[in-house]
Amino acid sequence: MKNTLEIKDLYVRYGGIEALRGVSMSIPEGKIITLVGANGAGKSTTLRSISKLVKPYKGSITYNDEELLNLSPKEIVERGIIHVPEGRHVFPDMTVLENLKIGAYLRKDNIKPDIEYAHKLFPILKDRSNQLAGTLSGGEQQMLAVARGLMAKPKVLMMDEPSLGLAPLIIKDIFSIIERVNKEEGVTILLIEQNANAALKIADYGYVMETGTIELEGLGSDLRNNDHVKELYLGRAAE
Amino acid sequence: MKTDLNKKYLPLTILCIIVLFALVILIDPVGPLEGKIDPIFGLYVSRIIKISAVYAICALSMNMVNGFTGLFSLGQPGFMAIGAYTCALLTLTPEAKQAVFYLEPIAPFLANIHAPFIVAMIVGGIFAAIGAFIIGFPVLRLKGDYLAIASLGFSEIIRVICVNAQSITNGANGINKIPTDITALLIFVVLAVVTIFMLVMMKTSYGRALLSIREDEVAAQAMGINLFKHKMIAFVISGFLAGIAGAMLASIVGAIDPKQFMFTLAYTLLLMVVLGGQGSISGSIVGAFIVTIAQEVLRFVDEPINIGPIHYPGISGMRMVVFSILLMCIILFWSRGIFGNKEFSWNRLFGKKAKSKLKKEGGEA
Repeated sequence: MKNTLEIKDLYVRYGGIEALRGVSMSIPEGKIITLVGANGAGKSTTLRSISKLVKPYKGSITYNDEELLNLSPKEIVERGIIHVPEGRHVFPDMTVLENLKIGAYLRKDNIKPDIEYAHKLFPILKDRSNQLAGTLSGGEQQMLAVARGLMAKPKVLMMDEPSLGLAPLIIKDIFSIIERVNKEEGVTILLIEQNANAALKIADYGYVMETGTIELEGLGSDLRNNDHVKELYLGRAAE
Repeated sequence: MKTDLNKKYLPLTILCIIVLFALVILIDPVGPLEGKIDPIFGLYVSRIIKISAVYAICALSMNMVNGFTGLFSLGQPGFMAIGAYTCALLTLTPEAKQAVFYLEPIAPFLANIHAPFIVAMIVGGIFAAIGAFIIGFPVLRLKGDYLAIASLGFSEIIRVICVNAQSITNGANGINKIPTDITALLIFVVLAVVTIFMLVMMKTSYGRALLSIREDEVAAQAMGINLFKHKMIAFVISGFLAGIAGAMLASIVGAIDPKQFMFTLAYTLLLMVVLGGQGSISGSIVGAFIVTIAQEVLRFVDEPINIGPIHYPGISGMRMVVFSILLMCIILFWSRGIFGNKEFSWNRLFGKKAKSKLKKEGGEA
């Protein structure tokens, strides 16, 4: 397997608290990788340190053998690593279309086909083009956040809890679109989820985090059947 | 005020612009008309209109930072002071400088420089922009209220420098005898240029990037927008505009002193922006005109009035009370300002739903 994004022994501190303590992961090209774990395990911090929204103090993050540790958030985006932050950070007072255009901010080429592709994936966004993003429903906002991330033509798309606060039916929609983007466009997906069951179902490979370290890793299907994971994150229903 | 490019209203828009500029020329005759006809509403009105237009430029400059980029900055009076003093020192003739700086002679390097107003205005703008650039490095790392306090502090520093740098600014006495040859036409042309610049800029991806910073810094950063760089560019452009507005103010009034650039000016400008609607270009312009004109119109409440048997003794300062109450009412009913964050449009003015139009335009709205 060719490794595109490689994280080695990553440490992040918030003030005196160590949020990450030696996290190592590898995200191979074209796969769906998921990172599951409880609140405060350090999942979001891992993503934020890849996109440089927080600065790790030790460790290494390489992408195609290039060290990313000292790059700015802008330079990370330029390399095609796109972060869709937790909690649907859409731009509420801008229209849906403007939100999509901002996604392609660093691109100089023609973005029309990508807007069309986003509209094909999320037809509702086409109907809502001139509506302010703040007036969309929660599910639509999440769709917009994902679509906006796709507008940057990502090679690696990192999604932080896209299912947060959404109805089960909409979660299913979003997950199927994540799979579709992965299959159709060959975009590598790094997915954070609390909803471990759904995430492990679509993932090729999964990591389980606990208090700043990777506790377990394995193929998605193996982790779903792992007793420890079942007990901690999946609950009895998964049996 | 010409944001609506709908074909249907194009003649109306053009007509309005022509009428507006005809009025501008009539209230302050220029060129071949100068001296031949009197300003139609008298000098008093023409002066208020001129000042309103200058404040409109200030409000636009403040709106750029506060309305579009979402930075709560109160540094405008400082930039205006830099522009005003630069302009005053460049347009005063060497003889006039001798007369003005009677307490302490003017610094030798300033004594003999002289430039026409246009040059002085642009140099004033550039100096203010440089000031914004320097102050931006520490200040723009702050957010929200902290940024407001730091920028207000900067503005006060500039004012205190103006009070104490006797040989450059003539201290607390201020500078008078500034040539007052600025015409209303020039002010309105500058206002139009600034307005068009803002409208065009907000349509570009750069303008959208500024808005996205206002909306959500984290998401903007995740989209690859360099926060600091964009904030800095907005801050510097805003500083430049405040600088040229300060220069124009100096040339209208003919005399400047540090007291004109107190922090209360920042609140007045903020009031114009909030009243018009933060993030609205036409709102800032309308807000500036309303606030400036209302402060003059309400002068009658300061004077004694007899309504039948009731005698109202004039209380000076009463107009500010009335003015504040009016403002509170406006903000209570239109909490997002007169225009919200939208622009002036004929469609909205005539109460038509523009929805079907918008759908047809699809891509560009």
